[in-house]
Amino acid sequence: MYQTIKFTIDGKECIAKKGQYLVDAAKENNIYIPTLCNVEGVKPKGACRICTVKVNGRLMTACTTPVAEGMAIENNTEEIIDLRKSIVELFFVEGNHFCPACEKSGECDLQALAYKFLIMAPRFPFQFPVRELDATNPKIVKDHNRCILCKRCIRVIKDEEGKNIYAFKKRGHKVEIIVDPESADKFTDELAEKSMEICPVGAILVKEKGFSTPIGQRKYDKVPIGSDIEKVTKIKNEVL
Amino acid sequence: MSKAVVATTSLAGCFGCHMSILDIDERILDLIEVVEFNKSPIDDIKKFTKKCDVGIIEGGCCNSENVHVLKDFRENCKILIALGECAIMGGLPAMRNGIPIKECLEEAYIGGPTVQGNDQKIVPNDPELPILLDKVYPCHEVIKIDYYLPGCPPRADLIWEALVALIKGEEMDLPYEVVKFD
Repeated sequence: MYQTIKFTIDGKECIAKKGQYLVDAAKENNIYIPTLCNVEGVKPKGACRICTVKVNGRLMTACTTPVAEGMAIENNTEEIIDLRKSIVELFFVEGNHFCPACEKSGECDLQALAYKFLIMAPRFPFQFPVRELDATNPKIVKDHNRCILCKRCIRVIKDEEGKNIYAFKKRGHKVEIIVDPESADKFTDELAEKSMEICPVGAILVKEKGFSTPIGQRKYDKVPIGSDIEKVTKIKNEVL
Repeated sequence: MSKAVVATTSLAGCFGCHMSILDIDERILDLIEVVEFNKSPIDDIKKFTKKCDVGIIEGGCCNSENVHVLKDFRENCKILIALGECAIMGGLPAMRNGIPIKECLEEAYIGGPTVQGNDQKIVPNDPELPILLDKVYPCHEVIKIDYYLPGCPPRADLIWEALVALIKGEEMDLPYEVVKFD
């Protein structure tokens, strides 16, 4: 039997099962905490930090923190929203995210978060790093310019024996995802599709497939990310 | 009430953002009731003839002439708006940022598949020509920009709402659908 516990998010009373991760507990209480690296049902990583909340006054990632009795969580405060905005902006300047030329535009979680937070221009200078495009795999194209190193592909995509197909190579700021060359021949169309779907940005693409959904009908064209979880709370528009 | 004076320019852009300005359709008749254009490709005025209230900049900053125009706009306009992805983050022209200038010029004038008749392998180098910058820069990394309107191109409704809000001095209430990066 699960033990039910009580906690609050932005002062709202919430109920959850003890030990549930904060993002999942919030979701069950119809509160959206933005995530990028997190995949439901897969062991959380805490890689992207976008789900950062304040738990009893301390900053923590909601995807890796189990909920406990009496926790007071700050989620939609000015401070937390600005912090999340800065993380999204950092992603945009750190890589080469050319939305107009991207096959994933309109279905990209990173872009959708920028829309949600109404980011008009990042506060940080653009880095324009030099990165490679890798089309050696017969099924997929990897564009390292767009990769945010969330490790979703590594954690989710496995072969029939349950072994990893994707991995990290190199260290530090040079780190990038690779596909195990030995398993390249085992790479099915199904795995390729799943890889593209699991990638929150446009870093993994299925070859010879792109721009399949017309503008206006894509995932985030009409509704903001997370609106399936909660009714959209309009962030105060400070553009003009 | 005197009309607000607006100037526009296209730097390293494709004029798509200017097309999107025209995409406000018949509302342009309402616009010219309250707005007067100065230096702009729309009326073909080449040089500032007076101080402007609003300057709209399309395209990123890719050469010495772009730097000059940006500084000119900053000096002559009270408010500057970066219009579109290229002005905000360099856009498609900035895809050259990872390629050395020499390679870019050689591809364009000497070795590229569409090059014809350049037997002497000349890369244009007249002193009259603007010099390419090492990278294509977002406008706000060269001069101060006051507002940003993203999109490729920015939706006509976004441009309209922004101009109306600026002229009336009101806050914008943007529908979700109008702020897009593509």
